[in-house]
Amino acid sequence: MIFTIVRNGFRGLRRDRGALILSFVLPVAFFSIFAIVFGPMSGNSTPRVSVLVVDEDRSAASERLARGLEREQALVVTTRPESKTGEPQPPEYTAVTAEEAVKKGTAPAALIIPAGFGVNPISFVPGTSRKPIRILHDSSNPVAAQMVAGLLQKVAMTSLSGSMADVGMRYFAQASGGLTPQQRKNVESSLAFIRDQAARRDAQTGGAAAASGDSFGGLVSVEIRDVVGEKKRSPMISFYAAAIGVMFLMFTASGAGGTLLDEADSGALDRILSARVSMTTLLAGKLTYCMLLACAQLTLMFLWGAAVFHLDLFTHLPGFFVMTVVTSFTVAAFGMLLASVSHTRGQQAAIATLLILTMSAIGGSMFPRYFMTATMQKVGLLTINAWAIDGYTKVFWRDLPVTDLWPQVGVLLGGGVLLFVIARRFARRWESV
Amino acid sequence: MTATSPANISIPLQIDSVVKRFDEVTAVAGISLEVHERACLGLLGPNGAGKTTLIRSIVGRVRPDSGSVLIFGQPASSLAARKELGWVPQELALYPLLTSRENLDAFGHYQGLRGKALREGIQWCLEWASLADRADSVVKTLSGGMRRRLNMAAGLIHRPRIVLLDEPTVGVDPQSRNHIFEMVEALRAAGATVIYTTHYMEEAERLCDSIAIVDHGRIIAQGSKDELVAKSFGTRSDVLMRLAAAPTAAEWAAARGGTLQDGVAHFPVDRPSDVASLLDAAARDGLDVIDLVLRRPNLESVFLQLTGRDLRQ
Repeated sequence: MIFTIVRNGFRGLRRDRGALILSFVLPVAFFSIFAIVFGPMSGNSTPRVSVLVVDEDRSAASERLARGLEREQALVVTTRPESKTGEPQPPEYTAVTAEEAVKKGTAPAALIIPAGFGVNPISFVPGTSRKPIRILHDSSNPVAAQMVAGLLQKVAMTSLSGSMADVGMRYFAQASGGLTPQQRKNVESSLAFIRDQAARRDAQTGGAAAASGDSFGGLVSVEIRDVVGEKKRSPMISFYAAAIGVMFLMFTASGAGGTLLDEADSGALDRILSARVSMTTLLAGKLTYCMLLACAQLTLMFLWGAAVFHLDLFTHLPGFFVMTVVTSFTVAAFGMLLASVSHTRGQQAAIATLLILTMSAIGGSMFPRYFMTATMQKVGLLTINAWAIDGYTKVFWRDLPVTDLWPQVGVLLGGGVLLFVIARRFARRWESV
Repeated sequence: MTATSPANISIPLQIDSVVKRFDEVTAVAGISLEVHERACLGLLGPNGAGKTTLIRSIVGRVRPDSGSVLIFGQPASSLAARKELGWVPQELALYPLLTSRENLDAFGHYQGLRGKALREGIQWCLEWASLADRADSVVKTLSGGMRRRLNMAAGLIHRPRIVLLDEPTVGVDPQSRNHIFEMVEALRAAGATVIYTTHYMEEAERLCDSIAIVDHGRIIAQGSKDELVAKSFGTRSDVLMRLAAAPTAAEWAAARGGTLQDGVAHFPVDRPSDVASLLDAAARDGLDVIDLVLRRPNLESVFLQLTGRDLRQ
């Protein structure tokens, strides 16, 4: 008896393609996606932090430090904006332009080496008069500033060995009551040798800095300032409202688009199409419904964020409106496509779950994309989530005007139109046979 | 009603040599048909005979591989034709979470009705289907019979001149079926041309003044009930003889011009007195007759005679 029940179960499962996919394909697919996202498959795909470096000092020490930062594998150092084709090379970043660039999201952090840094670059004790290096950062990426600050200390250890020896001897001279002329001469000779060795090593390795993760906290003086979110009360709320909102929007659109399949099952679709309604009109109607539903859902999400989490919605209404409309349109078109490519509700649910969770994982709805490798960050740009989140971040986090949303609006609108056209193409199977 | 004439805007439905194949299966194999104003044509046939495909060709949901379907002289897929057609599909093609009124409102909009015309259409439908008191009930709370009636009303809200009813009484109780008959009769009285598919003989006999018997995608006979009976049986009657199981029964019945179905031998007889000779023959050949009925042939007899199958097979 039990055997018969088990056999019937497997027979049914074998013929239910949706359940088969949910049972076997989906878990393997998710495992693979998360393994790719979280556990980089190749050793070179560690996430790297982009940092703008401004050298206001132009001393030997500051240049060595800047070069050390450039050699650091975990950092992508940029000193001037990208030049446009056919135009002269733009000037190097200054403290002001670097701050603007961080505010615009060009990089999550900028490191300013101030004028006078080279006079007294390092110290082994607090309280010494040093010119602090300033790190300006965007706290929507909370990892970047900490990583840059830590790596700065490491690079200081490895790049400024001459300065370290110099300062060490000065401490020694003070503590021991002064050096004899002969001793001073020997020390100067040793320091010259150390500087020479450091210069030779720089020239020979041209790359990897010496491994030393345990730097002395405060070898170089650092000031860290949040230049984007310093005046904001709830820095990550807008990110999560957009990230979670878009993911659930896609589930909603998938459900709303699925009414097409219900109508096809019940015969209502046949009846509608036999009346004076064309397939294009019907799909456009469904798209509009999905879109309005998505707009309402996002609005509710952000209103809740404003009421409970102090999200500054009302001073960002134009940007919010633009992003909500285009995101809803694209997500609605995605819902239409899901319905039109599926033959049953079960099939649609399986495809929707797979696609939505995958897009949410790599598009930044589940965790910020800056945690991912550079490759995965680029792959993420194939998702609706990534463009929508980037757009909302520009509005709520960077306070950018609506005109700055054109890349996100363009991609989302274009993508939405493309998805709708493909959906219409697949929907031909519901027309006369 | 069979031969088709050139496109004529006064003829509600002209079907000319329609063929429709689905892969290897020929669902409609060259049907020609003409239905005149105010007529009620019954399409009779077993499951898979091609009735529904033919109906779907008429409403433009199936594109024939060859042949043509004209509605008042216009191609079936044209907007002008759709306006004249009202289709009630076999399925309950309704929105289950909307009320009766909301469903009628939706399908009225799909048919292009607005404002006063829509309001009047809804009201007419609710009264015609006797659903005025359930106008604001959600469909899924209605009984099966009510849903069937609403399903009919939703197809006819735009008051079309041609009504296609595809097995509208499937799965309803006798009382609701009677209600549906009355609705169809009211439509006819109002001047609609009706095409009614069913595999219930009594429905066709009651409602239709002309019947086309469809089998294997073809019309194998057409005419009024009396014409069909006369054509198949002349003045003969039908003898139904139930026989005890015997291996030679089918052969025995065939030798006397009859057929055997489920242990019942059917014989056409010219005179009632012919029954005696059949009984004598059965006794002589060792067959045990359990009971015997003599009756005038009906549509079922015609169908059996023409196809060798029962209508509900």
